Amino acid sequence: MKHSTLIACHECDLLQREVALPPGGKAICPRCTATLYTHSTDSIDRVLALVLAAALLFAIGNLFPVVSMEIQGQRTEALVWQGAWRLHQEGETLVGILVFLTAFIFPLVQIVGLLAILLPLRLGLTPHYLVPAFRTVEQAKPWSMVEVFMLGVLVSLVKLAHMATVIPGVGMWAFFGLIIVLAWASSTLNPHEVWARLDVLEAEPAP
Amino acid sequence: MIEATAAQLGLIACHVCELVSRPPARAAACACPRCGARLYSRKPDSIARTWALLMAAAILYLPANIAPVMITTSIFGTQRDTLLSGVAYLWTSGSWPLAVLVFVASILVPLLKLLALSYLAATAQRRSRVRQRQRTRLYRMLEYIGRWSMLDVFVVMVLVALVNVGALANIQAGAGAMWFGAVVVLTMLASMSFDPRLIWDRAKYRDG
Repeated sequence: MKHSTLIACHECDLLQREVALPPGGKAICPRCTATLYTHSTDSIDRVLALVLAAALLFAIGNLFPVVSMEIQGQRTEALVWQGAWRLHQEGETLVGILVFLTAFIFPLVQIVGLLAILLPLRLGLTPHYLVPAFRTVEQAKPWSMVEVFMLGVLVSLVKLAHMATVIPGVGMWAFFGLIIVLAWASSTLNPHEVWARLDVLEAEPAP
Repeated sequence: MIEATAAQLGLIACHVCELVSRPPARAAACACPRCGARLYSRKPDSIARTWALLMAAAILYLPANIAPVMITTSIFGTQRDTLLSGVAYLWTSGSWPLAVLVFVASILVPLLKLLALSYLAATAQRRSRVRQRQRTRLYRMLEYIGRWSMLDVFVVMVLVALVNVGALANIQAGAGAMWFGAVVVLTMLASMSFDPRLIWDRAKYRDG
């Protein structure tokens, strides 16, 4: 039995009826002030464009050094996976895994997952994996920490500036772009709209 | 206006897709009709899990602050830095805004999170009805700021990756980095296992 017009606040469980919102509006729970849902139309198109940009920036950020450093003619460069690997080599394998997961794997899951969901939705296709894929993307979100990683890069640049010449690399600019694009995408993405689309597609499979 | 929660009417809102549905009667475990996620009215064993994870985090908070997070070897000797001495270094080298930032992210936020979540778990356990709205806001804030504590772990990683120029200068991660990473992950898991709906509950609902 489904109640498509009833919603329960995810923070205090108060039941309320879903109402139509003006463009750009958002519904707030009257009891605990949580944001219930926002109004957006065609969010799937815009998010798809942003996620495509994010995929490109993620690739650049992981192929080109984020920072390089020079001490007396010796130059070292750092990529995310190299940093994780060095931690492993020095015996801090768990820290290496944590960093690799939060700065590489989970952002990748988010980007690839959204592409794999939104592209078929845009084309009107309904592969079977859509529902579990969207569930995975939503659950990976709190563990994807690109913005925290970049703040860490900035702090280490300041720490190193006293002892060496540090050069921000192409990867760093790509990551800054990635932060903006990802934040934009996740604020535009309306999970309610995606679930509603999936609901309709499941009820009436395309001929 | 009559206020009712989904649980009071025997309905369950899916924690993944938020669809409100009525579970079949006398079913031990059931799945969301839309997304297939396991349905439960409240997060299973929410309070007990939150306490367990909080205690583990509180215990590890000590070694995380005492053990060195970073060991620098250079021609001038070996230097062991803890979280706090790293902040002190930033402060004395003149970059005090960064010192404040790192202090807040790696020392203040984990501590505040431990205290605030303990308060939320204790009040929810006693079904306290004071300041429910503020407590919900506090929870929302904790969910948002917790991740920023990872800052220092990333700083260590970048320094370790960059500074390895043989005898000239070499930076290694210390055991403190692992303890600290564990504290951040455990407090994040603790706040994820806490169910904010318990703040508003009066009667006991079936969970799990």
